[in-house]
Amino acid sequence: MKVFIYPTNSLILSDLVERFGHEPLAVMQEVGKKVRTQSLDSPPMNITPEDPKLGLKYAAVEVPSGVRGRMSLFDPLISNAEAAIIVRDPVVSFGCMGCARTNELVNFLIRAKKIPLLELDYPATEDEAKEFVYKISQFLKNLTAEGKK
Amino acid sequence: MDTITKMVVINSAKVLPSDVVIKLYESNADVMIKETCFGVMVSGERAIVDALLGSIRKMDPYGIFIKERGFSPGEPYRCRATRRGGARPGFHALETENKILPHIASALRALDKGEIPVQKPHKRKLDVEKLKEIIKESEVTQ
Repeated sequence: MKVFIYPTNSLILSDLVERFGHEPLAVMQEVGKKVRTQSLDSPPMNITPEDPKLGLKYAAVEVPSGVRGRMSLFDPLISNAEAAIIVRDPVVSFGCMGCARTNELVNFLIRAKKIPLLELDYPATEDEAKEFVYKISQFLKNLTAEGKK
Repeated sequence: MDTITKMVVINSAKVLPSDVVIKLYESNADVMIKETCFGVMVSGERAIVDALLGSIRKMDPYGIFIKERGFSPGEPYRCRATRRGGARPGFHALETENKILPHIASALRALDKGEIPVQKPHKRKLDVEKLKEIIKESEVTQ
């Protein structure tokens, strides 16, 4: 199954989802598609003026173009998601992917989609990590069982 | 043809990025390889890269973590060499997660042994009714 992950560029989530036999939906795939096109009109990410227009599907025209541009990247991930794993308040969302409004909107859209959802916190200790990995493995195993039905 | 790039992040006591690179060269697969400080980047056709990295993961299943990368290795808009140094975009995210990787590795080891962790009860927010009761009690004592 296609599993949406948040933070959308997470190494740990992407690896675990792939390890347990599912397809992670990560933003890197969408960035890759953009930068590998024949013409690179707007480097580095190749977000052209067309992208904020695509983002109008999710946000009104008054919303900053940064949010709408980001939403055009997240659109294929959200629409293809069959399940989701969300980490609450990740520290990394303060950095390069740190558009708080986009992150809130993405989280809202995923919750509103009513797909199987697992919410977790990033582990800080070994015991928390064991619980984190166990919950993810159980969630993904259940998805496999549901998929077979 | 679907060309992709994958990052192999190595956090292992027994495998070094150079070991992985040698193994990748030995495979003689049609891929581009770049050794980095955190591991290796591999770029090529999706089917080839996936199969190749599947075998690389077996070198240390608990110490090798893999994710896809949008940009190809040495991309001038991302590479530090053409950006006058400094942290590469995405470095801090990787650094943050890299700190937890040893814990994740031991968690994966425990999972393979069949260990079921004790689940901590989730902290619930204070119930509104309970808060009202507390307020009433404090009013009486005043």
